[in-house]
Amino acid sequence: MTLPNLDLPPLLPEIILIGMALLLLVVDMAARFRDARAEGSLMAGLTFASVLIAAGATAAGIGGGDASVAGVVLVDDLSRYLNLVVLLAAGLSVLLAWAYVPQFSRESSSFYALVLLATAGMMFMGKSVELITLFVSLEILSVSLYILTGFNRHQLASAEGALKYFLLGAFSSGFFLYGLALFYVQTGSTQLAEIAAQDSGGVLLLIGLGLLLVGFFFKLAGVPFHMWAPDAYQGAPTPVTGFMSVATKAAAFIALFRVLAAVPGVPVEVWGWAVAIVAVLTMTWGNFAALRQKSLKRMLAYSSIAHAGYMMTGLVAGTDALNAILYYLFAYAFMNIGAFAVAAMLERPTPNAPQDATIDAARGLFDRRPALATAMAIFMLSLTGIPPLVGFFGKLYVFGAAVSAGWAWLAVVGMLNSVVSAYYYLRVVVVMFMAPEDETSYVRSRIPAGAGTAIAVAVTGVLLMGLLATPVFVELGRAVIALR
Amino acid sequence: MAIDYLPILILIIVAFLFAAFILGLTWVLGPKRPNKAKDEPIESGMIPFTSPRQRFSVQYYMVAMMFILFDVEVIFLYPWAVKMGQLKWFGIAEMAVFLLILVIGFFFVWKKGAFEWD
Amino acid sequence: MIPTTYILLLSALIFTIGAVGVLVRRNALIIFMSIEMMLNSVNLTLIAAANQWGNLTGQIFVFIVIAVAAVEVAVGLAIIMAIVRHKDTTNIDEVHLLKG
Repeated sequence: MTLPNLDLPPLLPEIILIGMALLLLVVDMAARFRDARAEGSLMAGLTFASVLIAAGATAAGIGGGDASVAGVVLVDDLSRYLNLVVLLAAGLSVLLAWAYVPQFSRESSSFYALVLLATAGMMFMGKSVELITLFVSLEILSVSLYILTGFNRHQLASAEGALKYFLLGAFSSGFFLYGLALFYVQTGSTQLAEIAAQDSGGVLLLIGLGLLLVGFFFKLAGVPFHMWAPDAYQGAPTPVTGFMSVATKAAAFIALFRVLAAVPGVPVEVWGWAVAIVAVLTMTWGNFAALRQKSLKRMLAYSSIAHAGYMMTGLVAGTDALNAILYYLFAYAFMNIGAFAVAAMLERPTPNAPQDATIDAARGLFDRRPALATAMAIFMLSLTGIPPLVGFFGKLYVFGAAVSAGWAWLAVVGMLNSVVSAYYYLRVVVVMFMAPEDETSYVRSRIPAGAGTAIAVAVTGVLLMGLLATPVFVELGRAVIALR
Repeated sequence: MAIDYLPILILIIVAFLFAAFILGLTWVLGPKRPNKAKDEPIESGMIPFTSPRQRFSVQYYMVAMMFILFDVEVIFLYPWAVKMGQLKWFGIAEMAVFLLILVIGFFFVWKKGAFEWD
Repeated sequence: MIPTTYILLLSALIFTIGAVGVLVRRNALIIFMSIEMMLNSVNLTLIAAANQWGNLTGQIFVFIVIAVAAVEVAVGLAIIMAIVRHKDTTNIDEVHLLKG
């Protein structure tokens, strides 16, 4: 019997995160803390440090070639860039959670341990080239996020969001798993490479791919599989909302690319139409539902659904659109978590937990906090897709990939949707700059250092990645060229 | 022919009517003397103190959850034990890592008071 | 020996019953049981396929699925308990704070 080739160094970033998750629990057991804030700060600091180290270890490996570990995960440049997207989202969310979590919980160690495990799960999902690994990593990230969504035990909204997310998430995991099982029934293997080596498809592969797509669409919150998303996003603590709206999408998209590239006998003409229809439904539904929201967080939740739709537009172009989607994911991490960070600053505190911010809470924000209002305006304009901000280039590249793959009508639908979205994004800007302050408006009297840093980093990212769009895009293209 | 089965149908109807008649007759003629002992759910043995439809303590769920988690993890020991002879030190190291993670989780829930009944 | 196709059809049937159960039932606990039924029907599929192909991958997959299902049970029960503490109900139609 041959032992598996367990070459661990390529997986150093994941090992760091999981090790730190365990260390947080040990530290919590060993130490005694003065109060919730002291504990929260220590845990957040340790978590942030491990995220930085993991990002450094990942970045050092870029361009270092491919490494397969035990035949179940493939560490290539695509997965390294996915690592960076996920770690960026995790890092910004940890900064935002720094002062946020102690407001409602004394269990900071569990919170950050779950964030780290979810992050590691997402990173594994993007590099799995074997079905069991794919399933386990999907479940690690899902189960961690179910708990994180319901982490605020004092609020019914949090528990309700978690219940809906859990029931529908577990339901979709069932479909996902059945799809994987049918792949195995047809081919007798769980290795994507061996499945791809099959001559023909077979009807079970087709059914399996259909079930798998349903599972992926659930995780990506694609319409009509989106029912959980607005409630889960609104109910979850705001840092968790920002994290999962970005990082889950990133991991699911990259994993979906790997699966779609491997299934034999199912050409893009077959699944392309399914993806295109879901993409159109997703962006249209997300945008029109966002129009009539009063809660800022819920509006951003629907906007997040719409953005998943834009990204799916690129999916029909197959592996040619990989760099476009990667660019969009980076862009989305900066602008969306930035927007959620500002939304968290507008939440009125109650004894148990901060209360949901309405859009009216931003009335007159520019007069009180010009810097915060300007940052929010930049995020909103970028989410709309105004040049030269990063959101514009993201849409440009994704829609461009769809056009060159012969799906021009899909790109047109996407652009029309962007016009609709301008209405609700710009309404926030108008409210901040034009509307007079009244009793509904609220902003924290002191911006916590962590949240302030997160917002500053996000603004820098939105501006810088917009200015350096072409070089970044070319570099991402080099990373994914091997997959074509 | 369906008509051939008519006697059976008649027999069924007669049987039902007869049963209903006899039951009705005992209800009319029979003496009814209820008392407290007869109304007990169980006429012999222990007298129930409370309604049997009471709720279980939420603590049972806690214990059940912990039991399921740590019970099911043992499933991974079976294939490992079968292949132990060939895996040698590699297998022992792998299982040590697995059990270490499990034990840290166990001590964590212990410290958080998940096993305390009150 | 029972042909593999029969087992696959049976597991497809159980999966469908589970999926329909999720869609028509309103009690969170019953929905939860239906989801477990879906997972276990997949286990049946995997075992049948492992038998057909004569390799162990499917059986290992089943071990993993059982462990994952246990984790989902623990987390799901915890979430349902959190709801019951607030609302004293397990009917998902009565939990409707968030809408719009």
